Amino acid sequence: MRTLLEFEKPIAELEAKLEDMKKLALDNNVDVSDAVRNLSSAIDTLRVETFQNLTRWQRVQLSRHPDRPYTLDYIERICSEFHELHGDRTVRDDPAVVGGLAQIEGVSVMVIGQQKGRKTKERQHRNFGMPNPEGYRKALRLMKMAEKFNIPIVTLIDTPGAFPGLEAEERGQGEAIARNLKEMMILKVPVICIIIGEGASGGALGMAIGDRVLMLENSWYSVISPENCSTILWRTWEFKEQAAEALKLTAIDMRDNGLVDGIIAEPQGGAHLKWDEMSEILKKRIISEIANLEKMSPQERISSRIDKFCSMGVVVE
Amino acid sequence: MSWFKRTEKGINTPTELKRETPDGLWYKCPECKNVMHTREHKQNAYTCIHCNYHDKIGSEAYFSLLFDEGDFTELDKDMISGDPLKFVDTKAYPDRIKSTVEKSGLKDACRTAYGKMNGQDITISCMDFGFIGGSMGSVVGEKIARGIDHAIKTKTPFLMISKSGGARMMEAGFSLMQMAKTSAKLALLEEAKLPYISLLTDPTTGGVTASYAMLGDFNIAEPGSLIGFAGPRIIKETIGKDLPKGFQTAEFVLEHGFLDFIVDRKDLKDKLASLLAILK
Ligand SMILES: [Zn+2]
Repeated sequence: MRTLLEFEKPIAELEAKLEDMKKLALDNNVDVSDAVRNLSSAIDTLRVETFQNLTRWQRVQLSRHPDRPYTLDYIERICSEFHELHGDRTVRDDPAVVGGLAQIEGVSVMVIGQQKGRKTKERQHRNFGMPNPEGYRKALRLMKMAEKFNIPIVTLIDTPGAFPGLEAEERGQGEAIARNLKEMMILKVPVICIIIGEGASGGALGMAIGDRVLMLENSWYSVISPENCSTILWRTWEFKEQAAEALKLTAIDMRDNGLVDGIIAEPQGGAHLKWDEMSEILKKRIISEIANLEKMSPQERISSRIDKFCSMGVVVE
Repeated sequence: MSWFKRTEKGINTPTELKRETPDGLWYKCPECKNVMHTREHKQNAYTCIHCNYHDKIGSEAYFSLLFDEGDFTELDKDMISGDPLKFVDTKAYPDRIKSTVEKSGLKDACRTAYGKMNGQDITISCMDFGFIGGSMGSVVGEKIARGIDHAIKTKTPFLMISKSGGARMMEAGFSLMQMAKTSAKLALLEEAKLPYISLLTDPTTGGVTASYAMLGDFNIAEPGSLIGFAGPRIIKETIGKDLPKGFQTAEFVLEHGFLDFIVDRKDLKDKLASLLAILK
């Protein structure tokens, strides 16, 4: 059973009608091809219109759609081989972050991503995609390994934030993220970071320092979630739509403000409807970005990576 | 007991005398509730002469404490905030900036200066909590970035004094990327093999903790400071129980291995100067 967001319902209703019409025609052996054609095009028009006019909050809803593909769903479809590697070598393995050596179209890649769970038990196991310091340290360990073997790095970002827990603080959540920011700036291999769902604050940034930072069309990336922003600025959750507007957190906003490098288009209706198609788009983009980045020397990549992040900000002098 | 007598006398000081110093002659410690002369409090580096409570102070006080004869040159003095997102919550962001500038006398939540500390050259960036909770926006990030540039150019050690509630929401994505920017510059400072001292003061939380504040060659803190990534209220809500006593204090963070040492503000200048002298 598909989960439907409010704005998906009118489209789904028409789709159900279309199915009924087809079935009826088949059962009664009548020709309804004109009506089918008309309804199909009406559905397409409605879908295009709906998705062209999505509000920022609706994009946030899509980024959290329960049917949306997560990191391991992409890995399964994109990689011909994947050897998951566990643990930060200090405390434990963090299930909210997965990573390992992979092959994509014959290219060796280190893929690391934040992982949400789908069913209640798995969601808890993955801590809802909220990494602990060990997750960031595991990610860094694998990135250093990739650097050692001269293998490009791909990170997939999908987190509602770094975990705000007691042990996370004891084990230095802040330090873990900070270290990644600095170390990722000077990685010698190509680094591609893709926001596939939620990119919440430092918890996302801690794995998102790259030569190319890309966002899926219906993902969001900002300093805070709309709900938390609303709570702080308006003292209630009620203003989340307004907060989403104010934060300018969509892929288009972030690209237009020069804070990410590009947008990866999703299949019509959103990634959650067509996992295979989305994975194919993602795979092609990763391969072409790696090929482009490998034309640069490590020093060139590092310099332009550093320059890019250093140019972000608006001040008046 | 002599101080107590003076305090007693002070309380009865005629209002006429009090008016001589507009900010009040007497300082009441919020921790131990004892009263002392403001001059005495200032001479004690704004720490309580009774219980050693470290009062929250800003860039002006730190600069006068640390630079020899309080003599320093400020960088990017006139840099102010833009409004790239045309952010409006209960108030438009430029109006919020304007009223905060008027109220605080500051341009933003960070100032950078260079000068001498016990005869040694040093570049210092210092945050001001009085400006929108010491929140990190583009001005804070840019001033720190240029402060590090200056340290690299002049081959001087860099001291960062953090005091912040975290990100500045009104700059959203721009605010977030200041964490990346400052970390990038610190990577360059490291490459130049120049010392970076990060002093965490009360409070240092959020994106500041998750970037430059935790990246020092020396991470140090003032006693009793609140230091953490997530705020205590959020953690309490997440875990659904009370937090242990002393959680997220400088002493707690030291115990868990993320600070090199805790330093009394009265000893700060001499301690840092002798530490840096060893590296020369
Ligand atoms: Zn006291």
